[in-house]
Order: sequence, then C-alpha cells, then structure tokens
Amino acid sequence: MTTELPVLTAADFASDQDVRWCPGCGDYSILAQMKKMLPSLGVPREKIVFISGIGCSSRFPYYMNTYGMHSIHGRAPAFATGLKSSRPDLQVWVITGDGDGLSIGGNHLMHCIRRNLDINIVLFNNRIYGLTKGQYSPTSPLGKKTKSTPFGSIDNPLHPLSLAIGCEGTFIARSIDVNIKHLTETLRRAANHSGTSFVEVYQNCNVFNDGAWNYASDRNVKSDNIIELEHGKPLIFGKDRDKGIRLNGMEPEVVSLGNGIREDDLLFHNEKATEPSLAYLLSRMRNEDGFPEPIGVFRAVDAPRYDDEINKQIKAVKAQQGEGDLTKLFNSGDTWTVS
Amino acid sequence: MSTPSVDAVPQVTKQIIQLEGATVRLAGDSGDGMQITGSQLTNTSALAGNDIATFPDFPAEIRAPKGTRAGVSGFQVHFASEEIFTPGDELDALIAMNPAALVTNIGDLKRGGILIANEDNFTDKDLKLAHCSTNPLVDGTTDGYRLIKVPMSQLTLLAVKEVTTADGERLGNKVAERCKNFFATGLIYWLFGRDLEPTLKFIKDKFGKKPEIAEANERALKAGWNYGETTEDFASSFKVDAAKLPAGKYTNIMGNQALAWGLVTAAWQSGVEIFYGSYPITPASPVLEELSNHKNFGVRTFQAEDEIAAICSSIGAAFGGAMAVTGTSGPGIALKSEAMGLAMMLELPLLIINVQRGGPSTGLPTKTEQSDLLQAMFCRNGEAPLPIIAARSPGDCFEVAQEAWRVSSRMMIPVIILSDGYIANGAEPWQIPDVSMMKRWEIPHPGPLQEGEQFLPYQRDELLSRPWALPGTPGLEHRIGGLEKDSLTGNISYDAANHQTMTDLRAQKVANIAKITEPLLVNGPAEGDLLVLSWGGTYGACVTASERAREMGLSVSNAHLRWLNPFPANLEEILKRFRNVLIPELNMGQLRMLIRSKYLVDAIGFNKVQGKPFSVSELLQEITRIVGSGNNGT
Repeated sequence: MTTELPVLTAADFASDQDVRWCPGCGDYSILAQMKKMLPSLGVPREKIVFISGIGCSSRFPYYMNTYGMHSIHGRAPAFATGLKSSRPDLQVWVITGDGDGLSIGGNHLMHCIRRNLDINIVLFNNRIYGLTKGQYSPTSPLGKKTKSTPFGSIDNPLHPLSLAIGCEGTFIARSIDVNIKHLTETLRRAANHSGTSFVEVYQNCNVFNDGAWNYASDRNVKSDNIIELEHGKPLIFGKDRDKGIRLNGMEPEVVSLGNGIREDDLLFHNEKATEPSLAYLLSRMRNEDGFPEPIGVFRAVDAPRYDDEINKQIKAVKAQQGEGDLTKLFNSGDTWTVS
Repeated sequence: MSTPSVDAVPQVTKQIIQLEGATVRLAGDSGDGMQITGSQLTNTSALAGNDIATFPDFPAEIRAPKGTRAGVSGFQVHFASEEIFTPGDELDALIAMNPAALVTNIGDLKRGGILIANEDNFTDKDLKLAHCSTNPLVDGTTDGYRLIKVPMSQLTLLAVKEVTTADGERLGNKVAERCKNFFATGLIYWLFGRDLEPTLKFIKDKFGKKPEIAEANERALKAGWNYGETTEDFASSFKVDAAKLPAGKYTNIMGNQALAWGLVTAAWQSGVEIFYGSYPITPASPVLEELSNHKNFGVRTFQAEDEIAAICSSIGAAFGGAMAVTGTSGPGIALKSEAMGLAMMLELPLLIINVQRGGPSTGLPTKTEQSDLLQAMFCRNGEAPLPIIAARSPGDCFEVAQEAWRVSSRMMIPVIILSDGYIANGAEPWQIPDVSMMKRWEIPHPGPLQEGEQFLPYQRDELLSRPWALPGTPGLEHRIGGLEKDSLTGNISYDAANHQTMTDLRAQKVANIAKITEPLLVNGPAEGDLLVLSWGGTYGACVTASERAREMGLSVSNAHLRWLNPFPANLEEILKRFRNVLIPELNMGQLRMLIRSKYLVDAIGFNKVQGKPFSVSELLQEITRIVGSGNNGT
C-alpha cells in the first residue's frame, strides 16, 4: 500500500501572520523563494523547523507555517544544534543576518559550521543594522557613514563566506535577493546538502542602506560585477561573456578573452575540491578590488556530520554495553550490605 | 633505619580503643595525591559500614608552586558508628606531608589530637617555601598535640627499592618517592583499623597497566600499615564500628555523581532521553563527565562552545522533546541569564543546574558558598520568575534531580537546581534504591490535529501548564519566541492587557508548584523560642546543631527548605509560631532577605563566606547566643 502525500504549494507554507517588513524590503523575496522552493523537497511541513535570532531577518519563522522558534540574539545555531542532534529526523533552517550571525553570534556560527551539523543557514546580508534603525554592521564597508559612524566606519569588515570557509564549511553559497531563479535554486541545493549549508544572500535594506548591492543587482551593471559559478566550468563573466578569471600564481586576475587568451587558460570552478583554498580565493574576490563577485555554490563536499555522529555513538555504545540498566549503574562502585 | 616490612599479613597486636567516630584530615602538596588518599579512606570507611561525610578542599591551581601554603590540598573524612551529617568540626588526626600543610591546618586539630608529620619534608628548603622562619616541628607550634614524626619519604624509598620494571630497571627516586601518599594511607589504615583490601584492589585497577608502579604503591601501603604496628610511637590504635544505618545495600556516592544518576533515573522513569548541554566549569564539570559515560541510556552530552550555547542547545533539544538539562556554576549562570529568560517565556521544560562556588566574578572556584540564590531568583530582565530547588547533601542530589524533572515536565517550565561545591565533591553512604519499585510515568504530548480543530499552543490546564507539542506532529505547526505572545495562540502580541495577563499567568504558574510539592516539615517542637531555617548544603550542620540544642533542653526547632521558589505553602504559618527565626547561610543573608520581604518576619542571619561549610559548634554557639545556654528552662 502506498500513502499518497498531499501535494503542497507555496501557499501551504504561509502562516496566518501578517508580514511586517518594510515595503520594498529584500526579505520579501527571500521569503517568497523559500515558500516556492520548499514544496519541491517533498519534506512534510511538520518536519520542518525554522529557527532565528534577533533582527529583521529573524522574524522569518513567524511567517512560515512550519514549526519555528524566534530565539535570542545571535544564538540560533546553538538552538539548532540541540534540536537537530536530538531530532535528526527534522529539517532545520537557521535564518540570520549580518549583525545576528556575524557580530553577536559569530562564535556559534563558527562552531556550528565546523561541526558540520546537518542544517541550513541563510544569512541575509544587508550590511546594516535595520531593526535598531541604521547603525553599521560587521559587513559595512570602511568609511560607511551611519547613525553610529557619522564620520565613517573604521571597522575592517568581515566577509561571511571567507569566515565560513575558514571553518571548513562543507556547503558554501551566495545569492542575491532579486535574482529569484538563482536564489530558489541555491536554497534548493542548500536544503539537499548533507551537512551545514551556509548561504549568504545579498539583501537590500531599502530604508537604511538602500542600494548597497546595486553593483550586483542592477541589470545595467551586474553582468560586469558578478560571476555565476558553475561546477566544472571556466570563470567567465561580462555582458558579452568576454572576460574571465585567470590564476597568476596564487592570485586571481581579470583577463579579456581573445588576444591569445582562451577559455582553457581560465580558472575552472571545482566545488568538490577537498581543499577549501579555491573556494576561499573566490570568496576574496571583491567588487571594490576590481573583481566580479561570485554567486552560486563555492563549495559542496561531504564530511561527517555532528548530528549523525552523536547518534551513531549512542548506537555503538548500546551495541557494545547493552541498553542502560539502572540496577547495574547503581551497583557499579563498591557496595556493602547493612542487615 | 631498617627496611620496613612489606610482606607480613596485617595483624594488630597492640591495644585497640573503641571510638564512636573520628575526623581525619590529610593535607599535603597539591601534587602529593591527598585527594586519592582521602577518597580511599572514604571508600574503605564506607565499606566498613561507617556513616561518612567528607570535605575535600583543594586549591584552584592544578599544581600551585610546590611546598607553598597556596599549594596545600586537603581532604577531610568524618567516619562514625552513628548517623552523621557533617564532615566534622575539629580534627582528631591530621596528617601533614610538609610544613605548609602543617601550619595551615593545625588550627583545626583538637588539643591532644594526633599529628603525623612527614619529617623528611621539613628541610630548610621546605621551611623556606612555606615561609616558616623556624621549624614548626620544634618551635613549639605542635605543643599540646600528639606529634608523631615519621620519615615517610625515606621509608617509602626503602619499601619500594626492590621493585623493578619489566626490563629489570629500578624505579627512579622521584617516582619511588611519589608513593608516599600510599605509605600515609597505610599508616592511617592501621591507626583506625581499616581493611587494606579495597585500596589494594584500587591500586591494581588504577595502575594495572604499569605493574611496577602498582607494586610500588602496594608496598608503600603495606609498609605504612606495618610501620604503625611496629613503631613505638603508637601505643594503641582505634576502632570505629559500623553505623546502624537502615537495612539495605549501600554504595558511596558523591554529589555530582548523584545528580547525574538522578537525571538518568528521571529520564528512564519518564521515558525520555537526556540532552545535556554544558561547558566545562569548576565545580560542575563532573556532571558532564559522568553523563557522557552513560550513552547506553540514550544520554546525549554536548560540550558546547560556551555557556550560552550550552543552554541554547538544551532549549533547542527541549523544543524537540528531549529531557533537556544544562549545568554550570555561578559565572556560567550569569552568561545563561538571557536564555533562561527565553526558556521561561517559551514555557518549555528544562533543568538548569548551578553547582555554586565562591563568588563574585571568578571568585573562589574550588571553594563552597551558597551565594547564588538571589542570582537564581532575579538574574533575568523583566518579570521572569523561575522555580528553584536546592539539594541538601550528596545523596539528596539524586532525589532533587528527579523532583526537578517531575515538576519541570509537568508544568512546562525551566527549573533551577542549586547544588554547591561542598555537596558536589562531598561523599556519603547512599542506599541503593530498588529499581523495580520505582514509579514510571509518561509525559503527554498532543497528537495530530483532527479535522476542524485549532491548536492553541498556550492554552493552559488547571495548573496553568501548556501543551508540549513536538515538531513532527502534523497539524500542530506553531511558532514560539521571546516576544510577548498572545495568551492562547502564542502569536506575537503587543496588546497591553494581554501582557499583564501573561505576566500574571507566568507568576501564578510558578506559585502553583507549591500545590504539587511537599509542605515544610519541622524537626522538634512545632512552636517555641527559635526556628533554625536552612536551605542547601548547610543542612547537615544546621540539623546537627539544632539536635544538640534540643539535647541541651533548649526550645529550638529546625526546618529545611527544598524549594526556594515557590516557598512551601505552610512556611509563613510555621515562621509565625516561633519567637525567633535564625537563617544560617554561606552568603551574606540572601534567603533572609527573601523571607523578610515576603513574610515581614524579622529573621536573624548567621552568615559567613570563608570557602568552608559551617561547623556545628559555631552554629550551636549562635543558637545559644539567641536563646540562652539552657538550664534556665524554656
């Protein structure tokens, strides 16, 4: 006998709560792509849990008709660790932002990624503190003038993917809020990866940091400023696909195709590379340094998962020692009898 | 000096004096193995059927500079043929392995008490390290005590000189001399008529992989025993008979171990699996270590990246249906406070263990104190009451863990368990419970939603508990969070009246716990001159001092609080039946503040923070100060 699962649609994943982000916020698109993508996974709605911290992005769970927890600032990966370790049957998503995930919660993010817990982390990067109304964030560029940096930021910014790769993350990807096809596909791949999936989404805060990602999202300039990664393919970009990335020793350089430079001379993307060096190099390519910024999957490799290992160890110990027996435990030390 | 005998079968030929009990302290350098020696004496005395209470006292440094006063590590054992509740006030015997140990401990030795000193460690160099300008063995420091100087290091070297490794090599002097703690153990065993067998077995188990070390320790132990029998310094030895404990099978248990076993038992009783999120901290780490051994009970231990992740991971596990527990000490609670508030707000079951140590800040990590009560009560932002239960003794930790989980899972509320360094490291005989007689129960979870039903995650039962709906249950998808929530749906609500309602509900829910927990019991007359009100690890000293006061004919009763929040329903009525209320605490008056503010009772405090438990005599002195010394009728 086969049980027919109900076919879910994006609407089935919408909760009864009104979405309260500012009109025009990039978060709407991410929410929409998530709802659109989830039905395709075939995971029952009740098996999905969204966990968030604090910030605009962290309101996300309230808008999903799944299980959810809106926790405290920066700690979502820690909540997810306990949940996923004891309930590996659940699909767990962590929704965070550049302040929540990289500033107050940097420690948990780092440890979650290096443990390779089988969860999906989506970091909405808008390079600003939105919910507290416009202070600079760990990803705000140097010199950025905000309410708390009226003379410009002097904080050297953090690059989320470089950090995640430094933690030897097994799935590292980047997408853009308005690039909806790409975003949907990136979220799908993240969901299907076994291990921690870390996705940075360039997200526009139209109230406090409007246009921060224009170079990557504006249709007039984006093809020169972003490069779409494809496994096994050379790194080519530009409106006319006439530019590429070539390795010069250990350094990437932008080259124009033609004039003796062929596709074969270019850097070929390999998301399966065991060593994270290539992914790291890609994560260092920045618009401000004259590079196109890669989007897509930087790295997707297999490694042991914490949630799997913790449960395997329990099984192994049970097989070796037998199920726990309280009487045996209580008598495990020296004993004596009083009559 | 003749080689001490190591082969003779221990046989006492000297006079034996019967004692009701004895308090012995072993003190030496932190590298001298005093904690091992102390635990061995504890176990062996327990196996001999004595009631026991222990007080290990060691520095925070793993190896403080050798020979210094800061590096002195002590282990006090009180064993008796009657029921005892404290590790003893004054010492009947002190073993001092060096001058620093002697001068820092001799003040606790009773006049005429036995002082055994390792005279080999009283060289000029040792005296200098201990900042002794003169040798305490000869300068009058030891006057009035029965000083017995024993060349322990030399005798140990002689005892182990025949020992060779598999390659036929002799042991180096340094290694050989390290066996002297077992020489001291042997000597104490002779003095108090203890059986060598349990320690011989311990040596075999512990050093089995290095047969030469095992043999050397075994020889040192026997040499110490035989030295006692042959030396003319001791005319007699002592004997402490088995205590008349209730019939049953016993084992020796330490507080942290009992806490871990209690958790495992509670999980088994309620059919759940433990998730223990923790970060190493003195003196709570042994709970993590003990639990990590019991994976065959389905225990998942998670050593988190910090205290915050430790509790947050536990809350995540609680959301998923685990028996979630996090354990730490005061500084860790400070870090966990925000998450504790969230757990209260979410209304999920969770146990939060605080094995208290001396504070504030890093404070006195290895010393005991009960100064985190107000932290447990109030450390969170907003109106965030949490239930608090405190263990009173090592064995009681077992019961407390179970009761805390019963309440936490019944009420859907985090429960704070307070233990302390004294309970955690102390040991006592523990009657092994009959597992077949233990109650088991099932924790209810709502099932899949039926057609046309609406699930309300914050709908409450008669005690104001809410349903524990687990992810994976179709139809019960819901969101919980730290923002104020609607009193039924749990959706975000900024409604003013709703916030008042939720605040009242959360407070009443904590208060309702008094309906499902035991009322307070009074030992002694139901009314009178003085009620000694205690909580936590001072139980033993308070109960003993109160009993002594009653034996003196004083009108003194005592009561011990297990729940600090909520207080037992009958507490107010009891307080008002006594002319005076004395609240002894190892803090500056925290319970007293709560009692005064809640009941307007002008309770008297007796407070100290010296890293040590109360002595019975100082409590008795305070009791008599308040009610007079008896003889004047009551």
